[in-house]
Parts: sequence; C-alpha cells; structure tokens
Amino acid sequence: MEPLLEVKNLKVIFNTMAGVVKAVDGVSYYIDEGEVIGLVGESGCGKSVSQLAVTQLIANPPGEIVGGEIIFEGQDLLRYKADSKQMRSVRGAKISMIFQEPMTSFNPVFSIGEQIIEPLMLHLKLDRQAARQRAIELLEQVGISDARVRVNNYPHQFSGGMRQRAMIAMALSCHPKLVIADEPTTALDVTTQAQILEIMMEMTKKFRNSLVIVTHNLGIVARHAQRIYVMYAGRIVESGSADDVFNDPRHPYTIALLKSVPRLDEERGRQLIPIEGLPPNLIDMPPFCVFKPRCSLASQCIGESDPELRQVGDNHFTRCHLGIKGEPSGNIPR
Amino acid sequence: MVGTSADFVPQLKTQYRVSESRRFFKVMFSRWIVIFGSVIILVLILAAIFAPLLAPYDPYQINLVESIQQPSAHHLLGTDEMGRDVLSRIIYGTRIALLVGVIVVTVSGAIGMLLGLIAGYFGGWTETIIMRLMDALMSLPPLILMLAISVMLGGGLKNVLAALAVGFMPTYCRLMCGQVLSAKENDYILAANVIGASNLRIMFRHLVPNVFPPLFVNITMDLGFAILAEASLSFLGIGISPPTATWGAMINNGQRYLFTDPLLSIAPGMAIVLVVLAFNLVGDGLRDALDPRLRGRI
Repeated sequence: MEPLLEVKNLKVIFNTMAGVVKAVDGVSYYIDEGEVIGLVGESGCGKSVSQLAVTQLIANPPGEIVGGEIIFEGQDLLRYKADSKQMRSVRGAKISMIFQEPMTSFNPVFSIGEQIIEPLMLHLKLDRQAARQRAIELLEQVGISDARVRVNNYPHQFSGGMRQRAMIAMALSCHPKLVIADEPTTALDVTTQAQILEIMMEMTKKFRNSLVIVTHNLGIVARHAQRIYVMYAGRIVESGSADDVFNDPRHPYTIALLKSVPRLDEERGRQLIPIEGLPPNLIDMPPFCVFKPRCSLASQCIGESDPELRQVGDNHFTRCHLGIKGEPSGNIPR
Repeated sequence: MVGTSADFVPQLKTQYRVSESRRFFKVMFSRWIVIFGSVIILVLILAAIFAPLLAPYDPYQINLVESIQQPSAHHLLGTDEMGRDVLSRIIYGTRIALLVGVIVVTVSGAIGMLLGLIAGYFGGWTETIIMRLMDALMSLPPLILMLAISVMLGGGLKNVLAALAVGFMPTYCRLMCGQVLSAKENDYILAANVIGASNLRIMFRHLVPNVFPPLFVNITMDLGFAILAEASLSFLGIGISPPTATWGAMINNGQRYLFTDPLLSIAPGMAIVLVVLAFNLVGDGLRDALDPRLRGRI
C-alpha cells in the first residue's frame, strides 16, 4: 500500500550571515494512513523545520527547500509553489498542524469560535451558521465545557490547556488526513499534558487521521507512537517500531537519550547520564559521523566516512558504523 | 439544617451573549472625558453642516464701518479689520477644518497603510523599493515638502489637500511596515497559513486588526496636525486663497493686531485647540474600545 505521506531525501537550508545552515540534511520518512509516528530529537535538530517544510511554511528568505520530494496522496507537494492555490487547499484541509505555544497560536483580536469557523468556511464552504454549530460540536468533543458560551470567548479568556484543546479542535475541523503536532504539550503542565495527549489520541482514532508527534519527550512517543524516528543534527539516525527503538536501540545517540531520562520504577539515587558536549555546528558539519564527537563509543569506531542509514532489523534502520546492540531492556517501559 | 454539599458548589453565572457593538460602545463611553470629546466633535460637525443657519452674519460681508470691534452683543467675538464677524467666520471655518482633517487623514492613511502593509508583509525587494521611496519623502522636513508640492501644484483647496496627503503619508507607511514586520512573526499568523488562508486574507483579516491600535493614535493626532498644517500653508499664503474663512488664515490676519485686539487670533486658535483635543480624546476612547481584552470584561 502507498503510504499517505512519503518524504524522500528532504533538504532544507537557511542562508544566514554566518553561512549556510543545513537544518534538514537528507531526511526520509513515511507515514501510513491512520498511523501515529513520533519524531524525537533535541532542540535544533531539525524536527520542526522538517515538518514545516511538508506544508512549505518555511520563511523564504532565509529558509529554502533545496532538495527532495514530499509525496502526499501520490503527488509531490514540492512541485507546487509555496503560496499557490493547490498548496493552500492542502493546508488546513488535508494537512493541519498543532503548535507548541497555545498561548500565541490564536489571534488575540478574534474569538476562539471565529477562528475555528474560519477554516470551515474556507475549505468546507459551510455557511456561518453551520460552521458555528460545527465549531461548538468540535469544542465539546475536545472537552470544553459550556462550549456554547465558550465559543464566543477570546483567547485570553482560555487557559493554556483549553487553548490547546481549541487548537486541536481547529486542526481537526476539516477532517485532515494528516495532523502534525509540533511539541503539542511542551508548554503545558504535566497533568494537562496527559489530558491533551489523551484527547489527541482519541480524536485521531475517531477521525481516522494520521498523526506525527514531534517532541523531545520520549515518554510521549513511547506511549502513543507506533513507529519512531530519532533525529540528530538534521538527519534521521535511527528509525523503527517503537518496540525496536526503545527495547533494542541500535544507535549510540538513541541509547544515550534513553539513559538520560528519569524513570519512576528504577532504584532511587541513580544518576542520570547526560550526553556530553554540544550538537555540531550545522554550518560546518564534520565529514565523518555527525555524532562521533559526542559518542561514548567513538574510540571503538573505525569508520572515517559519514555512515549511511542501514537496515538492522525488520523495518529497523540505524546510521552507525558499529553494529552495536543496545541493552536488552530499553529505558522506558511500554 | 445543613444544606447538601451541592449547595456549596458555586454555580457558574450564565453568560449572555452581548453583541459586539454594545460592548464597543460601552467601553468607548465608559469615561466621561471621551463623552466630552465626542460631544465637541458632534457640535463641530453640526456647526459645519448648519453653518448658514448658525452664523449670525455672512462671513464674507465686508463692513469697514464696523472694523476691529471689541466683543459686543452684536458681534459676540468682535469683528476683524474688514468688519467681518469673527464668530461667523469661525463657524464657517469649521467646514474647511473638518474637511481638511478628514480628507487628508483618509487619503494619506489609506495609501500609506496599504503601501506599508504590502512592504512589511512581502518584504524583500518590494519592501526596499517602497520604503526607500518613503525615506526620500521623509528626508525633507514635512512642511517644506508640503510647501514645495503646493507651490508646484498651485493654491486652491484640492491642491492643498493633495500636498498635505503626500506630506502625511510616509509616517503611516513607516508605522504600518514596522508593525507588520513584527506582527507577521506571530504564531497565529503561521497558524493562519496552516489553515490555508490566502495572502490577502492574512493581510487584511489577521494582520490589520492586530497592528491597528498604534495607527489609530496616529490618525487621531494627524486629524489635528493636518488642520494645523493647512493653517501653516494658509499663513504662508500658499494655502486656501484669502476670502475663504479658514482658521489658519484668521490667526495670520489677527497677528497684526495681537497687542491691541488679541481675540482675533486667540478665538480661531482656541477652535483649533478644541478640535485637536477632541479628536485625541475620542481616539483614546476608540483605542480602548478596539482592545478585545478591555472589551471582553463587559
């Protein structure tokens, strides 16, 4: 079966005063219909940029998509210009996004309802009355009580959690095929995070859309994603089913990431192991493995070249010279 | 008897939907000073419309016998050197003043803000061309610029309006461009892009309402300044030609009698002060009423 979205060898650069930043350097991934995938990595590794590139929302200048294909429902989206009609009819209607900052993602001068109504009128061509009714239903579905009254509220009258719920309602309003959630819970407190995730998963099931969760929180993807892509310095360094990545990690970076996360069910007093050093400068990347400068196994590594992504198991890939096997039991329970 | 626990659960007060226009007016007129300003503007507008009915004399009626009279029951504010009734001339001057203020601000604001919006939103070469053009206009002191244009075009109301509009435009363009540059980086603009809104829609529906408040202040201030600038041009003799009753020309006329009969200059001067003050007060009220955070409270 054709995947819903297939990104092939995507390259995004930013032209800055200091030089050309290779923010996304040859990223490939796919997502099937109804699937939930996770994209994890530390700040600045190109997670968000690779997702914004899918809907061509990279500000140009300074950003530029310089290569690759983004095949969505059999069509290469990169063949369309960023502000062409075709691209606009994809955004919101077929691919929509949920952002990290619910505080700033709503226009302060319009009521929440007004903003959920907008895409409905734009894409589904509903009239105002029907769109309003639909907005109220959506707000009820994401668990906003008293939605009939709340729909008239302005963003500042909503709490962070409520805004993120409203954002989910807005993102799902036109029944998109694909929802990209870019760190959807980062700005929320932990209990709200759990609720928001719960609602997101519930809605995903109900609307049968695919979901990309972009996050640096391994716990979230461990619980909800079927497949995981681990990104580092603009590349995917490991990909595989959630089981494989968490229980049988094959890349030293993935292993290090897992070791740096605290767990509730381990003996107390265990020191978390941080990853030493900083990610490489994306303007001037090393010719060898990008993780080598921070890799704990670097002394064993003899590869001088930049490793290719290679298969190490059923649908399990890693970008490492060493044929290491991770600890049998990964760090986060599933 | 102690009530059931349900009695202690605070009930949410049912919120009724208040119409936007009612909220708007409620916030707008919640301060008496704004009401005061609005009343002055209303009075001025009425004075302009009904000038022939209100003015006790014909403002152009020359009566040299009665020249330079002190205020009296016949002439409440006295007469000028040609014996024309000052009060009547001020009332008729309202017409020119309001006309100049409104037209200059509308034209310069509309063109300037549109150019600024385009420059700020699209950036790149578009911005460079538009903004450097505005810089060129701003490099001259505004009065000199307006002077040069009116000299080029010649006098008369239409040409004065055009000169003033060009002189006031760069500020709007600058202000709008700067506002848009910062506002377009907001997440909600990205969000509007994500739902597939078109450029025009994002510009006019999402950006304009967000960047408008500071421009509003400029508009209200310019309503007064445009009247002042027109007065300056009239004062220098390249504005609206003499017999027409304009406040600026009246002040100019009166300056020759400043020590003997100061009211000739002070009366039209007070009229200008009143107009500028009123527009500022109303602008303040409007700005509050346009802020959804304040409006939401009602």
